[in-house]
Amino acid sequence: MPDSTVIGLHHEEEHRPELLHHFAEPQQQRDAASLGMWVFLGTEVMFFGGLFCAYLVYRRWYFGDFAAASKSINMGLGATNTAVLICSSLTVVLAVWAAQTARRTLLIGSLALTMLLGLAFLGIKAVEYKDKFEEHHVPGASFSFDHVEIPGHPGEYANPRHAQMFFSLYFVMTGLHALHMIVGLGIFLWLFIMAWKGRFTPEWNTPVEIGGLYWHFVDIVWIYLFPLLYLIDRHP
Amino acid sequence: MSAHSSATSSPLKGYFAVWIALLAGTGLTVYAATLDLAPYNAAVALGIATIKATLVALFFMHVWHASEKLTKLVVIAALFFLLLLLGLTMSDYATRLWS
Repeated sequence: MPDSTVIGLHHEEEHRPELLHHFAEPQQQRDAASLGMWVFLGTEVMFFGGLFCAYLVYRRWYFGDFAAASKSINMGLGATNTAVLICSSLTVVLAVWAAQTARRTLLIGSLALTMLLGLAFLGIKAVEYKDKFEEHHVPGASFSFDHVEIPGHPGEYANPRHAQMFFSLYFVMTGLHALHMIVGLGIFLWLFIMAWKGRFTPEWNTPVEIGGLYWHFVDIVWIYLFPLLYLIDRHP
Repeated sequence: MSAHSSATSSPLKGYFAVWIALLAGTGLTVYAATLDLAPYNAAVALGIATIKATLVALFFMHVWHASEKLTKLVVIAALFFLLLLLGLTMSDYATRLWS
């Protein structure tokens, strides 16, 4: 390749987000972006992993108290939220496909629907938190969990201090998850604006793909949170 | 190699199939939680959750098709260290005499 072409190409690259000058080819750039996101998600696994570990240790110690506390959470709301997030994961995967195949209406619609489902999730979560505040199940000075029977052990009451441990973990884990949802909503609002402006092409749609990876990861965290927090010992 | 060569056959069918499987898995977890499976309730719940998470990672996050070997290595490394954290901690708590 003659030098002049190289220089000419280099000049043009300033306007080509699909091939920045430090990459050899578009595929390499895409792989690098996706690898970077996966490494970040690896750190997120460890971030949430510590909390899951704390949860497992205390659940083992205080199983009956955890079961009683878990039973006080609204299972229907949790199951609905699980379905909402699964649907949002579908709209995300549709958005990525739409961006790759230049379907503008589907892309914009899927991104909007994803945000709507994300907001629905947070709304349902807010209702759930409100219930917990009203029932005095929020750890702190006004916490109360007296005379709640341990499931399967009639006449035995849960230790309020141990139940408080469950609710601490419940609020930290679902709260951290909700924070991730809020960040995700911000990312998807930005993706929506970019898509509206027509910035994404089949050659360059990395932000949609990377943002999608993040959203799916947050979904996976919830897939584990739901059975662990809501369904400890539900059978009659 | 690029996502395009495989995009000619639409992946939509697969996406919807995974979506249905995930919803069915959620229903199944809720149902299984109402059964008395003695010590296996937790195992069943975590088993279903792991199947769901695997489906999301493999097909929605494209680990199965369009990912580099390096990406797979990162996924496996993350899982390995998570299992190390949970496995070593729990084997300690499960075998030590507290009280």
